Amino acid sequence: MTENGDATPLVQLENVNKHFGALHVLKNINLTVSRGEVLVVIGPSGGGKSTLCRAINRLETIDDGKIIFDGQVLPAEGKALARLRSEVGMVFQSFNLFAHKTIRENVTLGPTKVRGVAKDAAGKRAMELLERVGIAAQADKYPAQLSGGQQQRVAIARALAMDPKMILFDEPTSALDPEMVQEVLDVMVGLARDGMTMMVVTHEMGFARRAAHRVVFMADGQIVEENTPDEFFTNAQTDRARDFLSKILTH
Amino acid sequence: MEDLIRYAPDLALGFLENIKLSIVGAITSLILGTVLVAMRVSPTPVLRAAGTIYVNVVRNTPLTLVLAFSALGLSDQLGLVFSSVPSVNSFWIVAMGLSAYTAAFVCEALRSGINTVPLGQAEAARAIGLTFMQSLRMIILPQAFRAVIAPLGSVMIAMIKNTTVAVAGGYAFDSANKMKEAFDQVGASIPIFLGIVVAFMCVTLPIGYFTGWLAKRLAVVR
Ligand SMILES: Nc1ncnc2c1ncn2[C@@H]1O[C@H](COP(=O)(O)OP(=O)(O)O)[C@@H](O)[C@H]1O
Ligand SMILES: [Mg+2]
Repeated sequence: MTENGDATPLVQLENVNKHFGALHVLKNINLTVSRGEVLVVIGPSGGGKSTLCRAINRLETIDDGKIIFDGQVLPAEGKALARLRSEVGMVFQSFNLFAHKTIRENVTLGPTKVRGVAKDAAGKRAMELLERVGIAAQADKYPAQLSGGQQQRVAIARALAMDPKMILFDEPTSALDPEMVQEVLDVMVGLARDGMTMMVVTHEMGFARRAAHRVVFMADGQIVEENTPDEFFTNAQTDRARDFLSKILTH
Repeated sequence: MEDLIRYAPDLALGFLENIKLSIVGAITSLILGTVLVAMRVSPTPVLRAAGTIYVNVVRNTPLTLVLAFSALGLSDQLGLVFSSVPSVNSFWIVAMGLSAYTAAFVCEALRSGINTVPLGQAEAARAIGLTFMQSLRMIILPQAFRAVIAPLGSVMIAMIKNTTVAVAGGYAFDSANKMKEAFDQVGASIPIFLGIVVAFMCVTLPIGYFTGWLAKRLAVVR
């Protein structure tokens, strides 16, 4: 997991709390993600999984506790925060490709505007990445002209174009028609094999078993259980997790 | 009819002034309106408040008063002078007053456009490391503009017609004032009146059609 020899975790959450008004959505969360680790977060809807993901690139602020990314406490705002976000990729349930830009432009925008990469170089890299996710032929189309599965693969290419240290996936296949789920998961498994650090909110057990190093079960704003995928799915320790698994297994 | 023919050259020159005011007004109000909307959606409370106050005050003040204030308050009292030639100076006073007024409407049209852009667009922009200003400029505003091209066309049409109250700001050379001068000489003349109406429609109708067409062409498909 730490092939590059750096043993310090990439992400560390210490006693993180977050409220939405009276609702306590993250309750004293302690969690680390190692470099190269693939972490799957699973749990019932409303449990705080999205909020946890979004807190790591500060799309949500936290009330107290500490989030350390790559050795540094998350910056609160401004240029430093923008730089941090450029190092943490994010893939959303609803893709969120820039609707007025072509597929190629979606992938080159970050590198050119945030990193100052030259247009030609960014364009070339974009085509390589689109090739990798199997969308190169659609580079000049607009997002709305692509299927959901294709859009999500572009969203992954857009994240990869920033050479992120980590990618957060928030239910990347939940909005997809069933026949498109696999094409996106295949790309994600490929990334995992290549050593990308990933935090993936998903209920796709197949993906968890194939690619994850660790599964975290989250409910009611708390981390209830964490284990290896095999242990978790065959031998969950808590009632809460067993109950949840029995529900998703019947689908 | 001969009244119209007799006064046509003078009225035409006046109409040209309406057009000149409209061109300056369109450019300046679009720029100022964009700045205002950036303030209104900015994360800085002071800027947001300033933008909100400006829009609510200016939008709810009659244009004639805005122009009178530009001329009396800004130019005479505060000494804002664009030119030493009085007619040129009052042209710019009126153009700026008109722009300041129209900008409030441009701002509100753009703001409704911003509301049509899904939140996820801004989140994705922030997630790749764009700053607030970059995401506004590259992601949010381009989509917002396209969503409100037709309403912006209406704002521009209203602005063009509003150039006819230029005299409230001390600029007495536009077609409406020329018309009034002609009426003072020869009495109310329906041909003159209709001539000016037709001249305005020749400008405003195409703008309405063009912006409607452009809105369809540039619509962002989601
Ligand atoms: N912006 C928000 N404002 C208020 N409540 C929110 C907001 N976002 C999420 N919540 C609430 O916080 C809880 C956790 O949400 P979320 O993190 O999205 O859970 P999950 O992703 O596990 O389904 C839910 O009850 C949700 O309704
Ligand atoms: Mg969620």
